Amino acid sequence: MSEVLRRYGPVLTAVIVALCAFWVVMLVVLPQLLMIDFSLRPSLPPSRVGGPDDVYTVQNYVTLWNNTIHRSIFLQTIWASALVTALTFAVCYPVAYFMAQVAKPKTLPLMILLLVIPFWINELLRTFAWYIILAFNGPLNQALVGLGLIDQPIRFLGSPAGVIVGMVYVYILFMVFPLYNAIESLDRNQIEAARDLGSGWLRIHRRIVIPHAKPGIAVGCIMTFMLAAGSYAVPALLGGPSSRWFTEIIYNWFFEGGNWNQGAAYAFILLVLCVGFILGMMRLFKVGLTDVAK
Amino acid sequence: MSQDIELDHVTMRFGALTAVSDVNLTIPAGEFFSFLGPSGCGKTTILRMVSGFMEPTSGAIRIGGKDMAGIGPNKRPTALIFQNLALFPLMTVAENIGFGLEVRGVASTDRRKRVKQLLELVALPDTADKKVTELSGGQRQRIAIARALAVEPAVLLLDEPLSALDLKLRQHMRSELRDIQKRTGVTFIYITHDQGEALTMSDRIGVMSRGVLQQVGDGRAVYDDPASAFVASFVGETNRFTGRVIAATGGRAAIDTPAGKMIGRNPRDLREGDQAILFVRPERVRAADGAAENNVIDSRVSHQEFEGAFVNIFLEPVQGRPIVFQTANAGNGPGWEEGAAARVSFRPEDAVVLPPSDDIE
Ligand SMILES: Nc1ncnc2c1ncn2[C@@H]1O[C@H](COP(=O)(O)OP(=O)(O)OP(=O)(O)O)[C@@H](O)[C@H]1O
Ligand SMILES: [Mg+2]
Repeated sequence: MSEVLRRYGPVLTAVIVALCAFWVVMLVVLPQLLMIDFSLRPSLPPSRVGGPDDVYTVQNYVTLWNNTIHRSIFLQTIWASALVTALTFAVCYPVAYFMAQVAKPKTLPLMILLLVIPFWINELLRTFAWYIILAFNGPLNQALVGLGLIDQPIRFLGSPAGVIVGMVYVYILFMVFPLYNAIESLDRNQIEAARDLGSGWLRIHRRIVIPHAKPGIAVGCIMTFMLAAGSYAVPALLGGPSSRWFTEIIYNWFFEGGNWNQGAAYAFILLVLCVGFILGMMRLFKVGLTDVAK
Repeated sequence: MSQDIELDHVTMRFGALTAVSDVNLTIPAGEFFSFLGPSGCGKTTILRMVSGFMEPTSGAIRIGGKDMAGIGPNKRPTALIFQNLALFPLMTVAENIGFGLEVRGVASTDRRKRVKQLLELVALPDTADKKVTELSGGQRQRIAIARALAVEPAVLLLDEPLSALDLKLRQHMRSELRDIQKRTGVTFIYITHDQGEALTMSDRIGVMSRGVLQQVGDGRAVYDDPASAFVASFVGETNRFTGRVIAATGGRAAIDTPAGKMIGRNPRDLREGDQAILFVRPERVRAADGAAENNVIDSRVSHQEFEGAFVNIFLEPVQGRPIVFQTANAGNGPGWEEGAAARVSFRPEDAVVLPPSDDIE
């Protein structure tokens, strides 16, 4: 703080602080407070807002508990997001390791470019691409049948598998780059030393690379998990009645049910439980908040 | 159970660059062998080929008589100590040392026992549960040695392990290393660009220049009987006189230099008319007494450097390159005044005449 003061002088410092405070209050704190306030009031017609019935209540939160369908969709969303996170990690770890420790300096920019180019396209369009690929008569089914791996085309769309595949693809970058950064900072001599002492590759990853990359893994997993749990486009496009996402229900409360109070309560529960889930996982894997901040 | 190592016409190319060129060498079991050479001469490349991280472009490497081609670093009876040590920072000292044993499936109680022994060997018995980052440079050094010895290698490979330490510690670790080598009997291959280190520790030294092994011999041979101009100028300080051979008889050669006619030994059998360089060590140059008849140089003292045990005196000859020579600090004050005329000489048997080469500056 004193460093900023010394460098920019009192006037500029005051302006910077004021702008930061404005940003935090107006764009982060205030909307959240409003949402919490919303979620704690009953949904009333405009004429009765502010009237005697407009009292604070936890009724909106209890709804989720009592509605078994919503509850199971909620749990399914958390579980599927965890699965998406795990699968994304499984796909990205080898890629990130290859880029960080194996790829030649000449091929690395090409690899990064190839990874990034698809993400210049809008998320919705990319999801549509998967819609085409996964379609009942789409190329994936044709290829699988053609190779003789399956007899009948599989109905990917509308099933949880389709949603999960689509999400893994959409969030790859959010996993690859934190992993890449973390693994890249590992001194290659560490890997060679372990190898020289007789270690096989599995043990090298388990004992040397993964422990070193843990903060990056945590960042990648948190981002992927949060994005997956809060995703709307992918489940809406690739999912079906059997694979509904909790965000769809929140959406419905807001824009179809017109019950913002109920929607706010659901959104808030999702936020709190996601954060809780992440903190629990961080404790389980012994990652500290300071590690993640690095 | 240390083993011998044989490098049989080993060559390593990186594209157009030949990093190691046709090296032939046998290092007997239990020897302390050093590779000495300037930066980029291919020392690390040799070590990486012996440890299995690289396969030679051509030639064979045999350890204990067994051809190592196609055998990965995790399957070779070697252990490498890296230039930056490469200790595992997230593990404790005990876990570091025990890593190789863990890999080999040694039970944890045996592992702990072995780690304890090794910590005693390197004289750090109470550090087992410390983090590597809590140790000093010299302590880390010793942990790295213990970690490498834990897997009971037949050959220990050390890549400039002392270069990061300060002078005092470096000198201490030299004798420590030598001591550990004697006690364990493991074959050591040691890499350094510090000739003092190579001379004090090694049984034999291999001097390298640009991928070529120039000379192999014990410290005295390399210092006193250099086989090439590169070895003569790289190992230790030396004075140089360039000229053409005017006479070559009886193992001696006389060359015609700007400072006059100089005579030295002629190990490479140079003939009359050949270009040559005569090398003589500063400590072999002395004040000329009346009896001196060969290799007398008339000069003037330009300045001197006081080194403690001895004094370097720099001379500006009437003709030719500056000359340096050493006198012991006998405690009788400065005997040489700057600007004074000086007449020095050296014995022909103390000088060596060698063909010039382009790897000396
Ligand atoms: N993997 C590689 N690819 C291409 N060139 C390499 C490779 N490894 C080493 N070289 C080159 O081979 C030559 C010898 O390198 P090496 O690392 O063996 O030198 P060194 O004697 O260990 O030097 P230093 O004392 O600086 O460590 C150098 O010119 C280096 O640039
Ligand atoms: Mg090197």
